[in-house]
Formats: sequence, structure tokens, C-alpha cells
Amino acid sequence: MDLNTKYTPHSWPDHPESATLEGKNKFLGFWLFLGGETVLFASLFATYLALKNRGPSGMEFTTQELFELPLVFIMTMLLLTSSLTSVYAMYHMKNYNFKAMQAWLAVTVLLGAAFLGFEIYEFYHYVHLGFTYDQSAFSSAFFTLVGTHGLHVLIGLGWITLLMLRNTKRGFNLYNAPKFYVASLYWHFIDVVWVFIFTVVYLMGVIG
Amino acid sequence: MSSIAQKKGFGATLWDYLTTVDHKKIAILYLITGGFFFIVGGIEAMLIRIQLLKPDNDFVAAGLYNEIITMHGTTMIFLAAMPLLFGFMNAAVPLQIGARDVAFPFLNSLGFWMFFFGGIFLNLSWFLGGAPDAGWTSYASLAISSPGHGIDFYALGLQISGGGTLIAGINFLVTIINMRAPGMTYMRMPLFTWTTFVASALILFAFPPLTVGLFLMIFDRMFGANFFDHTMGGNTIIWEHLFWIFGHPEVYILILPAFGIFSEIFSTFSRKRLFGYSAMVFATVLIGFLGFMVWAHHMFTTGMGATANAIFAVATMAIAVPTGVKIFNWLLTMWGGSIKFTTPMLYAVGFIPSFVAGGVTGVMQASAPLDYQLHDSYFIVAHFHYVIVGGVVLGLLAGLHYYWPLMFNTMLNEAMGKITFWLFFLGFHLTFFIQHFLGLLGMPRRVFTYGEDQGWDLFNAISSYGAIFMAAGVIVLVVNIVMTIAKNVPVGRDPWGDGRTLEWAIPQPVPFYNFKQIPLVRGLDTYWIEKQEGNVEGMTYAEPIGDIHMPNNSIIPFIMSLGLFVGAFGALYNGEQPWAIPVLGLGLIITFAAMATRSLKDDLGYHIHKEDLLNEKGGKH
Repeated sequence: MDLNTKYTPHSWPDHPESATLEGKNKFLGFWLFLGGETVLFASLFATYLALKNRGPSGMEFTTQELFELPLVFIMTMLLLTSSLTSVYAMYHMKNYNFKAMQAWLAVTVLLGAAFLGFEIYEFYHYVHLGFTYDQSAFSSAFFTLVGTHGLHVLIGLGWITLLMLRNTKRGFNLYNAPKFYVASLYWHFIDVVWVFIFTVVYLMGVIG
Repeated sequence: MSSIAQKKGFGATLWDYLTTVDHKKIAILYLITGGFFFIVGGIEAMLIRIQLLKPDNDFVAAGLYNEIITMHGTTMIFLAAMPLLFGFMNAAVPLQIGARDVAFPFLNSLGFWMFFFGGIFLNLSWFLGGAPDAGWTSYASLAISSPGHGIDFYALGLQISGGGTLIAGINFLVTIINMRAPGMTYMRMPLFTWTTFVASALILFAFPPLTVGLFLMIFDRMFGANFFDHTMGGNTIIWEHLFWIFGHPEVYILILPAFGIFSEIFSTFSRKRLFGYSAMVFATVLIGFLGFMVWAHHMFTTGMGATANAIFAVATMAIAVPTGVKIFNWLLTMWGGSIKFTTPMLYAVGFIPSFVAGGVTGVMQASAPLDYQLHDSYFIVAHFHYVIVGGVVLGLLAGLHYYWPLMFNTMLNEAMGKITFWLFFLGFHLTFFIQHFLGLLGMPRRVFTYGEDQGWDLFNAISSYGAIFMAAGVIVLVVNIVMTIAKNVPVGRDPWGDGRTLEWAIPQPVPFYNFKQIPLVRGLDTYWIEKQEGNVEGMTYAEPIGDIHMPNNSIIPFIMSLGLFVGAFGALYNGEQPWAIPVLGLGLIITFAAMATRSLKDDLGYHIHKEDLLNEKGGKH
């Protein structure tokens, strides 16, 4: 593949992410990987539901007492919005507007980082209350499920940031377009998992 | 032409294999490593049979016996059978579909090195304070309170090698979907490609539950979590479910590619088109689907209740139907064929009655009430050795003889191959047939010895003598391999004379770019069609000769896997050694730095130019 090929918005392919065989492979391989990730999170959800509110006799922590929806609502809004901004970024990639894409990716990263900040605060708060990782089966399951999601957010942030920095000067080509595209797929996936965490862990936790 | 033909120093060859992204060389790496672990697992099996040779034997102590049976099972499944299958998949599948390489050559190398370091890590437990001792299933009720670090080695080692397997699975799925040559429609794919495809899909969905289960085990044992500790609200049944949601598809991940190898062999040496090709494809897909619906039949006695047991019993029995379809199709492929009894064909013919016997006892156990009688007895041991040795291992040995000329351009000695077959085949039945009756007589599995007055002496002795025959067969095989390599007589293209599919149409030794021109596939068994029409080149081409794009070699996969290997020691000694967390951090930094390097550094590959292909200089770059 020739990285020096210059494109115009007119000559840039409609689907730059799958315009080459490498791109097609990456696109399909990443979708399949997300299929495997789905099963991974499904296993963690099942474990959480089996161990929810379970602990040593006399444990005082329950989902109703622990979770506070206003905080989780803010986190949800941040992450959902970041998914939207990553769509804008991909929209501009298809239109061959590199600066606009970078700008929207930067917004995505900032929103994701804010989300992660709130999550770290939330975990710190629980640990401060005595709800530590080794306190009960419930606490282990909660921190493992939500923490695995948080780790995905962290990896996603690092990944998108690296991509932005690496390509700042050279703009689009058919080698990096699939990379941006699968990173945005990953980001959407993280968002979808959070929707399930919000519903299954927090909403169903508060309702009881 | 081939890089094998070039004279190279040992260091250069080693570096070549450490950095290679060529599926044919990765196949050889899988074959060597898998073969090594097969021998290790075999030695463990012999130790088991020596211990059980006579009553009240004290050849090994009870604790060591537990470690040996655990490592025998774990090694054979994860470190021998699967890598050997991956070896054949890598060797044959890209050639069968007319591709120049797999979809992700870099990931192919990463998958191998993760498996390699995971396997080494697991086996280092023998030298670092004791091997895992809770059985290959490592039920949490036993495993969380096992003293020492054995279980930690198990969980971390399988986590690393399991990651490699998942990567390999995704790679083969994408390869088969995206990289097929023009004309290679899904319903023209050779059966081995089809079974690789379905097995890879099973890997994709079956390995993540194992990943989660192993993480829960790691967190419980090394980082203070309480998933399995019932005094802290935990529940050990979670492990059983997660393990078997992985574990049952796993047996299909093993057997389906073996079915594929046998399908190729039956049609090649019956010199007939595979009978009921489309039914075979459908049966393969159906087995793959049903394989996910039956995990709880391993847990009938756990106490899930009659309704759950009934559902899983019926689902399990249903798998016998597509499997039966396959058996009859193989028989009918031979029917009326002009059969040549080569070594691979002997294995294939021997496989049918052996595997059917294992299948029949499987249906017996699917009946939940009967399973209460058979559970945890030697009947179970006999059953799963009939399907795994009678199915998978016979398939591997058949594949080894069948694909050896494809991989090495020389042929294993047929006479010695047949001696291996008869020693191994007779030894196998002698060892395991009698274990059905030991089970019915009440002998529980995993006991390290038994009393003189229990009436199990003679049957155990017969079983142990049978194992000696199997070992003798493997020794003849090793001698055969050494002699074949020493002689190294080139055999050229289509060495069996009856190759039907594309991999046999390529000139030998296979050029590192596989196909100078991508072939046009004109039907099922495309090479057979070309041969029938008198095409001496063996292929119709889909393109003129042009530049070929090739991937660059890379050491990064090796470093990435090495980082995980180093980090695993940190996790293992967490809370015990002051250097544990720094080492864990160091390992992860190595891995993530390698990933970042891969991401930041462009890897565009290179081109072999048309002129070099035309004047046969393609191998020099």
C-alpha cells in the first residue's frame, strides 16, 4: 500500500475502512473479537447476578444502600455523549475532513476521561465506606464487572489518543482509516456494555 | 525458491523462526511444541498406569499422583491436542482455499507465542514448588484451598495460552471468510476447512467464559476476592458452569478438525468424492451449535433439579444424530471406492469403530438417571478416552502421516507407520476397553491406589500392559520421524498420487508466497477436476503474474508474550514476595509497550516483484 497517495474529498472512497483487503480483514476480525468480548461480559454479568448482595453473615452492604443514581446518571450521560461524538468523528473521516475528525475524537477522549474520573471517585467512595474488594462475594463481583468495563474505557482512551498523536501530521490514508474505524467500534462497544451495567447493576440494584 | 533450501547458520534459522509470520513455519512451530507436550503428557500417562499396575502400589505418593493426573489432562487437552490441530490448520487451510497467507500473519505468530509461553509457565510448576493438583477441571471447591502455587500456575498459564487460542480462532475465521480464491464458494470448501471454520467459531464463543472463570480463580487465590468462598457469600458452582460452558464446546473444538482430517483422508484414499458433502457440512454446523447447549450434562449430580437435567439430557442425545450422519457418510464414501490402505487410511478406518464405541457410551451417560451410577467412575474415564484418543489422537496421527509430505516435502516411512498404527490401536483398546468394566465394578476415577480385596487387580494390570503398547507405538513413530528427517528424500507435488484439493496442486517445496498466481476454483475437489481434464499445471489461474504483497517478519509477538510470561510470576507471588507487584508491573509494561510499538510503527509489508517471480528469484529478498 502506498502511503503517499494523495486523496481529495472527491477521490476518497466511500468506505475507507474497508477499501483494502487489510482493512476488510481488520473490520471483520474486530467485529468477531467484539463477539467474544460480549460473551466475556455476559459471563461477568451472570457471576454478578449470582453473587449480588451475597456476603458474610451480618453484611450491611446492599445495592439499595450503596448506589446513588444521580452520580451514575451523570456518568451515563458522559459516556453516551462520547459515543455520539465518536460517530461525528467517523462521519468526518468519511468526508475526508481530518481536522474535524481529530477535534471530535478529542471531545470523545475528554468525555471518556471525565467518565473514568467519576468512576474512580465512586470506587474510592465505596472503599472509604468499607466496601472493599475483599469484603464479600458481592463486592468482588461488583468491582470485577464494573472494573473490567472501566479498564476497557482506559484502554480505549489510550488507544484513541495514540492514534490521534501518531497521525496528527500525516492525515488520512487507507492504512490508518481502518485503525480509526475499529477504535470507534471498540468505543461503541464499551458504551453498549455500560448501558447494560447501568440497567442490570444500578437500576435493578436500586429497585431491588 | 524456498527459504528452507537456503543454507543458513543456526542463529539465523532461530531468528527466522522467532520472527516468522509465515503460516507454514508457524505450523512447524506448533507441530514441534505440540509434539513435545504430547510426549510429556504421555510420560505422565505411563506414570499413572505404572502406579495402578498392582494394588496398594507405592510407586508415587497420593499427592504427587494428583499432580500427575491433573497435568496429564491439562497438558494433553491444552498443550498437545489443540496446538497439533492448529499446526495442521496452519499448514493446510490457507493452501486449501487458495490464499497466500492467513488474514493476520502477525496475530498468527502472537497466538503461537502466547500458547508457547503459557505452556512453559504451566509446566514450570513441576520445578517451582509443585504442579496443580485439583484435576484438569480444577473445581473451585478443591482448588481454592489447594496449598502451594500449583493452581496459580494452572490459572495463569492457561490464561496466557488461552489468549493465544482465541487469537488463532479469530484469525482462521477471518481468513476463511475473506481470503478464499475466486470460485472457492462456501460449498466448495474442503471439509477440513469447513471444520476449522466451525471449530474457530466455537473457540471465539467458548474461550471467554474460561477467561472469566480463570480470572475469578486468580483473583480469589492471589488478590483476596471471594467468588468461590461460601463463608464470604461466594458460590463454587459458578466455576463449574463457567468451566463447562467452555469445556463442552472444547471437546468439539478438538474433534471437529479431526473429523475434517478424516473426511479428507477417506475421500482421497477411496478415490471418490466425499459422500453427502452438503450433509457433512450441515452436520458440522449443527454439532457446533448443539455443542453449546449441553454443558450441564457434566453436572447432573450437582443438584440442578430434574427439569434442568431432563433438558440437558435430551439436548445431549440429539448430538448423536448429526454425528451419526457423519459416520454413515464416511462409510458410504468408502463403499464402492477403490480403496488404498495407506497409513492415514488405516487410522481413518480404525477411527470409525473406536469413535462409535465412545459415542455410544456418551449417549448412555446422557441419560441422567444412569449417569448417577456412572459419574466419577472409570466408566467415564473409558468413555472420554474413547472419544479423545479414538477420535482426536487417531485423527492427529492420521494427519501427521497425511500432511507430512505437504509440510516437509518428504514422506514418513509407510511400513513403520503401519507398525505404529497397529501397536497404538491395539494398545489403545487394550488399555481403555477394560476400564468400562472397572467403572461398572465401582472403581472411582482419580484414586491413586486400590486394595487387593476389591477385585480390580487383573483389569488394572491388563489396562497398564495396554499402555505399554501405545508407548511402543509412539516410540516407533519418533524413530520413523528421525529417520525420515535424516534421509530427507524429496517427494514433490501430490505425493499420495490421489490429492483432490488445492494444497496438493502446489509445487513442492511450497514457495513462501504459496501461489505465484491465485487459482480459479472450478468445483469441489478442484485439483481432481484439473487432473481429470489433463491439466499438467494442476490449476486454472484467476490472474496474470504480478507483484505479490508480503508481510514483514516481526519479533514483537515474541516480546508481547514474554511480557505476559514475566508478569504472571509477579501475580503468582503476590502477597508473598516484595518483588511481586513490581514484576507484575514490569511484565505488563513490556507487553503494552510492545503493543504501542506495533500500533505506532507502520508495518506495510513488501512486494515481490513480477520480474523476480518470472526469473525464479522470488525466494531471495
